Amino acid sequence: MSATITIDTAAQAAARAAVQAAPLASLDPVNAQMFVDDTVGHVFERLRREDPVHYAPDNPIVGPYWSVTKYHDIMHVDTHPDLFSSEWSLGGITLVNPPPHEQLPMFIAMDPPKHDDQRKAVSPIVAPGNLANMEVLIRERTRKVLDGLPRNETFNWVDRVSIELTTLMLATLFDFPLEDRRLLTWWSDVSTMNKAVDPNALEPAERMAELGKMLAYFTKLWNERVNEPPRTDLVSMLAHGAATRDMSPIEFMGNLVLLIVGGNDTTRNSMTGGLLALSQNPEQFAKLRSNPALIDSMVPEIIRWQTPLAYMRRTATTDTELGGKLIKKGDKVAMWYLSGNRDDTVIDKADQFIIDRARPRQHLSFGFGIHRCVGNRLAEMQLKILWEEILQRFPVIEVMGPPTRVRSSFVRGYTHLPVRIPG
Amino acid sequence: MPKVTFITHQGASHEVSVPSGTSLMLAAVDNGVPGIDGDCGGQCACATCHVFVDPAWAERVGGRSGRENDMLNFAAELRDSSRLACQISVTDELDGLVVHMPEGQH
Repeated sequence: MSATITIDTAAQAAARAAVQAAPLASLDPVNAQMFVDDTVGHVFERLRREDPVHYAPDNPIVGPYWSVTKYHDIMHVDTHPDLFSSEWSLGGITLVNPPPHEQLPMFIAMDPPKHDDQRKAVSPIVAPGNLANMEVLIRERTRKVLDGLPRNETFNWVDRVSIELTTLMLATLFDFPLEDRRLLTWWSDVSTMNKAVDPNALEPAERMAELGKMLAYFTKLWNERVNEPPRTDLVSMLAHGAATRDMSPIEFMGNLVLLIVGGNDTTRNSMTGGLLALSQNPEQFAKLRSNPALIDSMVPEIIRWQTPLAYMRRTATTDTELGGKLIKKGDKVAMWYLSGNRDDTVIDKADQFIIDRARPRQHLSFGFGIHRCVGNRLAEMQLKILWEEILQRFPVIEVMGPPTRVRSSFVRGYTHLPVRIPG
Repeated sequence: MPKVTFITHQGASHEVSVPSGTSLMLAAVDNGVPGIDGDCGGQCACATCHVFVDPAWAERVGGRSGRENDMLNFAAELRDSSRLACQISVTDELDGLVVHMPEGQH
């Protein structure tokens, strides 16, 4: 296995040179092609050094917005929800302002106190006690998926492993019919697709129609469960929770999107990213194989290295200063977790994948403050089990070519990674 | 140096001594006490250093700040004695402090 198969070093060097030569004011990381090519890191490298809080005045898709690129500035924005709002009606957590009829209320895109009440309704499902109960089931399924993989032929790791495992997990959390589980994958993809960025995406009206089907499917489950005693799946918890049982259909839709994307896209891409990172760093893979106990520190390192959601957006509620710049009330602010996770003034050798870092959980991928990822420990557990079971089965996994990356500057992920397991 | 005792959810007791002024979170993390994660590094931004202050010490340790309360609001098991260890400074006045840990941090 060699890194040269998956990194085009000449193309990366050319991209870096182009970024260095460009006028600083022209730098604009909301550019899906740079995510497809995995070259956006060169923009962040320069912004962190020369203009850490950076204004892009005229992005063709999202309009004017600020980029926050350094670890501590991001932490500041994330921990001041009074200054930087997540409120969906102000535009929510992504930079594109959807037209009003496509704006979805969901608790990630709310401020306190409503955010707090709705979050509390679902957080028990991923609380430590419940995770311990889920571990056996996750391990059993992971074994089954891995044991079913083809040998001596090239297959898509994203589809056969990453999507399959995260979708099974999500179906379990919702107690969703297993035979229909790929609908969850589809709705997750539909939720994050954007015609303005990706020509292959659905038209906005088609997209809303698909989300309408999702709502109808889940409304059926809701109606069954609301009349039954409370159970421990997410649909039942929402249907019975004091803060969520009277949600409007559009609010139910919004929270479904949140839970499906949050529980699916993110872990999926860390499952692929981890294998890619190890294949590009064979000395780390060797270190892992000789000491599987390093899985514990490798898992948060994978999540940092991948940063499956590249940013979260906030909207300034008042004029406020950040990094010497004046941010005006109503301005859009992107906290680039992907950049903060490469800030070498805070994280030692931040551009390197190192599976035995001293404090590996000090990364921004889950966000910080009141919106910090509710499923963080579940995600870590899924990845831990995956790598424990991989190490017990496959002495060699060959990455056969470069990955295909998602065309998005929000979801940092993969649609394809060709892999072969000898044996 | 003041001494602190951490009692895990399973009941195991860990006693450590730290220089006065050390945060209670770092007292655990730097001495390998299991059950305190401290993901955010001590900035009151993740709630993964949740402890229950022993009743005998509640008054001397004091209550939680507004932002600390906001973070603990989402804890799996919130008690009156809940604090974030990163927000407690282990001073000489707290020599002998005893805290208990929840089932897990998340």
